[in-house]
Amino acid sequence: MSMALRRLRSVLPDAVLSQHEQHADATVVVARERLREVLCFLREDRDLDFDMLSDLTAVDHAQRRDGDRSPRFEVVYHLYSIRQNQRVRVKVGVDLGDCEVDSVVAIWPAANWLEREVFDLYGIRFANHPDLRRILLYEEFDGHPLRKDYPKTRRQPRVGPLN
Amino acid sequence: MSEESRRLEQDLEQDLHTTHQRLNMGPSHPATHGTVKFLIELDGETIVDLDVQVGYLHRGFEKECESGTWYQAIPYTDRLNYNSAILANVGFCLSVEKLLELETPERCQWLRVLAGELSRVGDHLTRCGATCLELQAMTPFLYAIEARELIWDLLELLCGARVTSNYVRIGGVKHGLPAGFDVLFRENLVRIRTLLRDFDKVVTRNRIFVDRLKGTGVISRDECVGYAVTGPLLRAAGVPLDVRKSEPYLTYAELDFDIPIGSVGDNYDRYLVCLEEIQQSLRIVEQCLKQLERLGDGPVNVMDPRVRWPAKGRVFNRMEEMIQHFKSVTEGPRVPVGEAYFAIESANGELGFYLVSDGSEIPVKVRCRPPSFLNLQPLRAMVRGGLLADLIPTFDLINMVGGECDR
Repeated sequence: MSMALRRLRSVLPDAVLSQHEQHADATVVVARERLREVLCFLREDRDLDFDMLSDLTAVDHAQRRDGDRSPRFEVVYHLYSIRQNQRVRVKVGVDLGDCEVDSVVAIWPAANWLEREVFDLYGIRFANHPDLRRILLYEEFDGHPLRKDYPKTRRQPRVGPLN
Repeated sequence: MSEESRRLEQDLEQDLHTTHQRLNMGPSHPATHGTVKFLIELDGETIVDLDVQVGYLHRGFEKECESGTWYQAIPYTDRLNYNSAILANVGFCLSVEKLLELETPERCQWLRVLAGELSRVGDHLTRCGATCLELQAMTPFLYAIEARELIWDLLELLCGARVTSNYVRIGGVKHGLPAGFDVLFRENLVRIRTLLRDFDKVVTRNRIFVDRLKGTGVISRDECVGYAVTGPLLRAAGVPLDVRKSEPYLTYAELDFDIPIGSVGDNYDRYLVCLEEIQQSLRIVEQCLKQLERLGDGPVNVMDPRVRWPAKGRVFNRMEEMIQHFKSVTEGPRVPVGEAYFAIESANGELGFYLVSDGSEIPVKVRCRPPSFLNLQPLRAMVRGGLLADLIPTFDLINMVGGECDR
């Protein structure tokens, strides 16, 4: 088992909902209300030292076939430690009714644009983000195109210059 | 200085009431090679604040990939970073192969490294050449672009296209080296080395160029790591991180090459790192050709019926193979349920693909971790407090590629 998973299990056992290592990618699913705490720990812990937020994205499971009742969205964090040369994936489930997770911009400044992108394309809000606005699309754009219920063929009117 | 003139100078300073000025630069500005808009707050010529607005080339890459088969995503990856399309092909296919748990034949791996490194040379040449052009030096730009043309001649011979190459397949590559490739490579290499030498002579110690690059766009090592900056920018700040060395994929573990690093993290270091990486990549290509010669003829595709199309002769003459071909083309592989993240070192830094499959022939999620996007984010920190003119070389050497940044 990867060191990150072992440390998390021993230090914050109740924050970890599940874990797996498919294709040798250490993955941990954490409770939403403990997310910030877990990520802070992964960043600050001397043995782990995940100093780089490699990637942050979301997955929409709206079309999941097996009819399981897990949350609709997953926000996925890929962390990398330069010193340990280790990676870990942290996932947190979010439901449509309460689409918000804590922002991690204070831990890794890289999260700023990444969280804006997830907000833009999935409509997931990040609490305490310093500047949460659309990034790839324009402000008048209606809806969040990477949600599975946004039709690919939908067209929206062109907008002129804002000012 | 007399008392009188000192008093006059003080008066002059006091009376100079300046206000901050807002300047829109872009989205299509002649001094930037990338579609991006800067909203700049200026105090005289000093940048007080800067808002970088991206998204002008957003085509919905992920949405498109999530509505086609796994094969159909490959041409879209060509159009991410169009300066080094093959690297994105390789990154995507390696990620799918990770999900499928496929190991490609050795010959295919050397071919992928070879094609990828040629692309990297083309990308770095564009970056260095365009930087000169936007600093008003036309001649070195032409040297760099001539060298890039020679690289593209090789890619054209290899896969029929110069820019959007579409060479890599899931589980292999389109075909092996065409006849005459190594002859053309040796011919072109002589010319490319001459051009690089000329470029180096004209630019690297040029007084104007050095003055504009040294000490501008500085970003510290810690800031780089915090902003998840990777590639030549991170190495210029002194971190010897390169996915090819830290997590070797394909045959990089067997290759002999060095990772150049800088010390200050300014634009000049970035330029020097890129210039040296071109030399290192050419070294790698030479080694690949030697290895391919040693291997001779061999398969370039994995013999797995999930991803390998049957031979054409059999498709036209046998029922079973015809059915398999039909299924392969219309549906493509069914990728087992799961998720995988695979990162490669592209010309701009860590290019990762995070894929999620539900076991069907259509991906649930194709996430591209775009190095350009993350490298561009700290631009505000790099140029704030500097001169407006320093924005140009800083932006150029970040090498933001709209196709990859905006997807």
